[in-house]
Amino acid sequence: MSDERTEYIHTRIWQEDAEQDNAFAALSCHCHGYDVYGDLLVHASWIEYLFLLFRGEAPTSQQAKLLEGLAIALANPGPRDAAVHAAMCGGVGGSTSASCLMAALAVGAGASGGAREVYIAMEDWVTRGNELSLWQSGLAVKPVDDPADVWPVPGHPAGFDPYGVRCTTPVLQTLAHLASLGCGSSLIWLQANRPLLESAAVLPLAMPGVAAAALRDLGCTPEQGEMLFLLLRLPGAAVHALEQKEYGHKNFPFFRIELENDPGPMQEVESRTGENT
Amino acid sequence: MNGPQLLEEHVGRLVTSMGAFFPGERTVFRGHNLHTSLKDMDWLEIYTFGITGRRFTPQQMKVLHALWTYTSYPDARLWNNRVAALAGTARSTTPLGLGAALAISEAGIYGGIVELRASEFITRAKILVDGGADLNEIVRIELKLQRSIGGYGRPLVSGDERIPPLMVLVRQQGFDNGPHLKLAFEVEKILLAGRWRMRMNYVGLSSALCADLGMSAREYYFFAIPAFFAGMPPCYLDAAEKPEGMLFPLPCRMLSYEGVPRRRWRVAKPTTQVDE
Repeated sequence: MSDERTEYIHTRIWQEDAEQDNAFAALSCHCHGYDVYGDLLVHASWIEYLFLLFRGEAPTSQQAKLLEGLAIALANPGPRDAAVHAAMCGGVGGSTSASCLMAALAVGAGASGGAREVYIAMEDWVTRGNELSLWQSGLAVKPVDDPADVWPVPGHPAGFDPYGVRCTTPVLQTLAHLASLGCGSSLIWLQANRPLLESAAVLPLAMPGVAAAALRDLGCTPEQGEMLFLLLRLPGAAVHALEQKEYGHKNFPFFRIELENDPGPMQEVESRTGENT
Repeated sequence: MNGPQLLEEHVGRLVTSMGAFFPGERTVFRGHNLHTSLKDMDWLEIYTFGITGRRFTPQQMKVLHALWTYTSYPDARLWNNRVAALAGTARSTTPLGLGAALAISEAGIYGGIVELRASEFITRAKILVDGGADLNEIVRIELKLQRSIGGYGRPLVSGDERIPPLMVLVRQQGFDNGPHLKLAFEVEKILLAGRWRMRMNYVGLSSALCADLGMSAREYYFFAIPAFFAGMPPCYLDAAEKPEGMLFPLPCRMLSYEGVPRRRWRVAKPTTQVDE
């Protein structure tokens, strides 16, 4: 036997007792101190458990309602969203289910409408808080490219719609509902100051901006917010991928391409008789 | 033109000079017919051509091939390879395991993030030194701002077994006097002489070499993406060929719980203001 006893997985989240006759089977699992199958399964909701996993404490009823509202708002951005589009590319080609979700995660990770935008917006909340002047001066500064950063420079201030004309109705509805739950101060402040912030950004507020404020009111760090945003948007990607698989590729756009440097039809075609094609 | 109008211009069409597939007829790759003009390129040549739009000499290609070959490690303990192997032991598909392993390779203490940082540093340092700046000062400031320098130091161990054989090849191909490479070794001298005691690692060497071959930091970052890839399929295969679940099985006792004591869930927690 190798001496694996010197190596451990350290965790503050998860505790297991083994069954007496099987070291690889858990008799009980405790999450942040709570018995998952003997207590949480019976008494907690999925949203409460999700909050517990990320924050380490049971949510208040306001926090649970806020996370549930955010989860509904984010669950399906719809098939026009780039992350869902990516998942549908998997579905329409008959790709594996996991690859569809991996595609949605990869595309939905970005700084334009994705989880990185939420992360950056939450960092802005950390440095600016509820100080309007800090937001106004910060939003006036164009994002700077860091050539040593793997993330491409964002093309717009985080949390705002780069191509928007005015704040959309779903964004306003989401902000109004989440702010009404009275959990924390960020959403309420955002709702009160939205027009001034939009003037400073010269762009309307977008869903990642609302999500960032909500996640801050839930007490999440930017890293936790980024993860939750990725996670909460997966249901829509999943069902649209499944739906497009049913419709098939003949019913899915292939689009038109215009080459700026087309060398034209093949000039020299070698004789390849006998070769497999 | 405002946002929606700008988007409207691009609905349903892509204007590009990168390439296109004309079904049943031909494929254009960066302005060249793939099946005639570029047909003799090997895969790495077409990959680097796709990234840079430039062609490299046979000597340069030999070095670029070696950069990948010498870091192809079929060791399933390595974190990125372990993902591929775990996919095998869990009976997932090969592309899912390898795709995830590639994505994981964009890491902060090895792989993609370090590669970009290293290349950006050495190209910036070269420009600054050419402009008359003192390299000691550049290193000192970088360490003060970043607490480390991309391409120097290594997790787990300090030496790098890939460097000596690569340098043999680099000398054979005549690239050992490139300005970025020389500068990279000078940085190592400074780091070894100071209290940092950090050696140049493989990324430090390969990023400097690629800079000498004319690659920008971002081109090198793209080039390096599959650098670990050849080591991954063996890890998947080995795990997939063994009985399921046999790769690094974890008994309950290997979890070291360091969290709060056990407690009971309250069905309805009192409503309070959120904690900050």
